[in-house]
Amino acid sequence: MSKTSSGTLYRGREGMWSWVGHRITGVVIFLFLLVHVLDTSLVRVSPGAYDAVMATYKNPLMALGETALVAAIVFHAFNGLRLILVDFWKQGTKYQRQMLWSVIGLWVITMVAFSIRHLSLAFGGN
Amino acid sequence: MSAEIAAPRSQRLDPKYTRARKSRGSFEMIAWLFMRLSGVVLVVLIFGHLFTNLLVGGGVKAIDFGFVAGKWADPVWMFWDLAMLWLAMLHGTNGVRTIINDYAEKPATRQWLKGILYVATAAIVILGTMVIFTFDPCIPGSDLLVCK
Repeated sequence: MSKTSSGTLYRGREGMWSWVGHRITGVVIFLFLLVHVLDTSLVRVSPGAYDAVMATYKNPLMALGETALVAAIVFHAFNGLRLILVDFWKQGTKYQRQMLWSVIGLWVITMVAFSIRHLSLAFGGN
Repeated sequence: MSAEIAAPRSQRLDPKYTRARKSRGSFEMIAWLFMRLSGVVLVVLIFGHLFTNLLVGGGVKAIDFGFVAGKWADPVWMFWDLAMLWLAMLHGTNGVRTIINDYAEKPATRQWLKGILYVATAAIVILGTMVIFTFDPCIPGSDLLVCK
């Protein structure tokens, strides 16, 4: 343990790591959003241009990338709701650590369900 | 679990470093509140978006021009996507603005980065809004109801 982290409730503990995770996933999602609006805008250029770009999303590597993106979104969403509870719920700061483990638990369940469905659709030969 | 991640605007900064203190009224409080309100709405909008586009029907492989045309022939999905575009872009822009304010220490660097951010945001929001409102779902041979 470093000297600076001793005696604080926040630094180096669950609270800090959830904050780091929230920032990193937020930036990743924002960068994807910029690209996603641009690729969707191609519907206004021509059906062929849009379909050509969408075809690049439909390969196994991108399917894994989409799963990682959704993992970032789901963590950011659940941890964001936790953050709102920390800010607005009277007991929020008291239970912030338990709520983070709930976030991680719900995130795992959601991602297992999503991955099974998405990857079987993306890898399947339909 | 003992990695060093310095709190923003602390320690690494020169003690002489001070930032101009200009009052911005209640802007920061409104921005803070907006992040929470838009966040709740975005959870619903984006989860719905991911569900309809990736999990039902053919999933990602079924997304093509016809899929988008089918959705945007319906005003509900136009409004859904418009709300998602604006809220997500403003939510994301304010998040990145906060990160720039935390980590860019030179005032000029901060202003430049935020300037680039705001130009990119304006361009993307205007482009996306125009695409949603000027989109024509009808192409020759379309069997959509609105095209008949």
